[in-house]
Amino acid sequence: MSTSSNPATGAPKKNGIVEWIDYRLPIFTFMNHELREYPTPKNLNYWWNFGSLAGIVLVVMILSGIFLAMNYTAHVDHAFVSVERIMRDVNYGWLIRYIHMNGASMFFLVVYIHIFRGLYYGSYKPPRELLWWLGLVILILMMATAFLGYVLPWGQMSFWGATVITNLFSAIPLVGEPIVTWLWGGFSVDNPTLNRFFSLHYLLPFVIVGVVMLHLVALHTHGSNNPLGIDTKKNPKDSIPFHPYYTVKDMFGLGVFLVIYAAFVFFAPNFFGEPVNYVPANPLQTPSEIVPEWYLLPFYAILRSIPDKLAGVIAMFGAIFILFLLPWLDSSKVRSATFRPIYKQLFWIFLVDCIVLGWAGAQHPEGAPLLIGRLATAYYFLHFIVLLPLVSKFEKPRALPESISTPVLKTEKA
Amino acid sequence: MSESAHASATHGQPGHGEGETRRDFLALAATAFAGAGAACALWPFIDSMNPAADTLALSTTDVDISPIAEGMRITVKWRGKPVFIDHRNKEQIDQARSVNLSELPDPAKDEDRAQKAEWLVMVGVCTHLGCIPNGQKQGEPRGDFGGWFCPCHGSHYDTSGRIRRGPAPRNLDVPPYKFTTDTTVSIG
Repeated sequence: MSTSSNPATGAPKKNGIVEWIDYRLPIFTFMNHELREYPTPKNLNYWWNFGSLAGIVLVVMILSGIFLAMNYTAHVDHAFVSVERIMRDVNYGWLIRYIHMNGASMFFLVVYIHIFRGLYYGSYKPPRELLWWLGLVILILMMATAFLGYVLPWGQMSFWGATVITNLFSAIPLVGEPIVTWLWGGFSVDNPTLNRFFSLHYLLPFVIVGVVMLHLVALHTHGSNNPLGIDTKKNPKDSIPFHPYYTVKDMFGLGVFLVIYAAFVFFAPNFFGEPVNYVPANPLQTPSEIVPEWYLLPFYAILRSIPDKLAGVIAMFGAIFILFLLPWLDSSKVRSATFRPIYKQLFWIFLVDCIVLGWAGAQHPEGAPLLIGRLATAYYFLHFIVLLPLVSKFEKPRALPESISTPVLKTEKA
Repeated sequence: MSESAHASATHGQPGHGEGETRRDFLALAATAFAGAGAACALWPFIDSMNPAADTLALSTTDVDISPIAEGMRITVKWRGKPVFIDHRNKEQIDQARSVNLSELPDPAKDEDRAQKAEWLVMVGVCTHLGCIPNGQKQGEPRGDFGGWFCPCHGSHYDTSGRIRRGPAPRNLDVPPYKFTTDTTVSIG
């Protein structure tokens, strides 16, 4: 380490206060261990930026949200107006709201890339199953939080999105209707619903922070996966300290990301939104087309592609829950798709399938889009239930290198 | 290892055979009581999310139906939801009553759905995912069966408000209502 740090604790050498605290509450040792020394595979590519990026977006969302809440009124008569007041009268309110609105889209973009990174490089495989599960829990919490937040401006899409999503629970036999009444606190989406949605929208991000902590504990227990998908603990030369190597790389990635994020905030702030949500909620008039935000479209497409109500709801939730079984559905010992010629192709087809589902979810559910949505839904489940188990059994993976440096040294010799 | 663990577990317990079962019983009983107590304490919080008394109090709506001409449909608000009142003409009534029940996804006789043949009163909320079906206003699509059409996911309802095609599982609900006079209907 650098000369100004104590090699044992990483704490600045002559700072007595730090050492006094660290002796009693070893927070500096802990931070040094997890954020500086943390041994990281030396071959991580840029796809590994998206985890820390997601963490940063979470912080941005919480901070911007706290400031929005200072000016927001969770009442059906005032919610829409209070959001417009934030946009027009509150100093920089427009900026904070656009940061928060587009931050939601950026959060999902980053997290979806993070998840597909995990799918490609087999990051869900032993011993990282619980790490994968915790990530999925975060995804589900994010979806719930995003949905609750979308309701708060109390526009037409807020109201009808809330109506449609809460009505999903009415598909449950026998107790469905009482559950929906309980969720609403009334007989329709109304003021009690808005109040509790605001309360929960404020709560869940902090729950996400808690699960993120567990996600990090699980990550640091066995270390990061890497593009080769081989264990790097055996060979000490395969690892480098997190700081400065990956802090610098993450900062660079953050810079690129912020350029894209800021471009939306300043030049196309309503790109991801629905214009009809700038019409105040009207409980007596459903908009001609109800579509969720883009990040939920694939799941919405699955819901609509099944003509039966209960089966559609089960399929939609099943599409997420099947991901929990992934570590067992894919039994191949080889993690990285780099060494799995058939799985690599399946991965890209699956990615395209998810994009097709997203497209189908945005169309009117009739004719060709409905048919395409149904085929894509069928393939989504086929991928997990049939193709993955078979491929992981019969595929002949390419030989794995012994360490990260082996293939590099070989090419140098040749 | 196991010996030392055993030794520490039984340390200081003369006659440990009886003592252990008594202790186990006390532990189990205490846990059960604590669990039941926690569950009971949870209930007020869960129930606080159910409709409050003032919400429940708004549950009756009286409607004067005298201005509704034959063939006209109006929407009133009851419990925050739209209620469709349809003054049906003879053609619509005949259409609703001539359907073979075996053709219906959710079989129900029109006679059981309308107290008076010319007045159809229904909750105007699609039984699929809660959108409001089109067909109340002039010029709105009424679907392939002349009743209502839900634009969200394409459910078609007939002139009795019964589901005929699409993802909705049930007919449009009929709320509790009664005719308090010939020209007043009380919903709720």
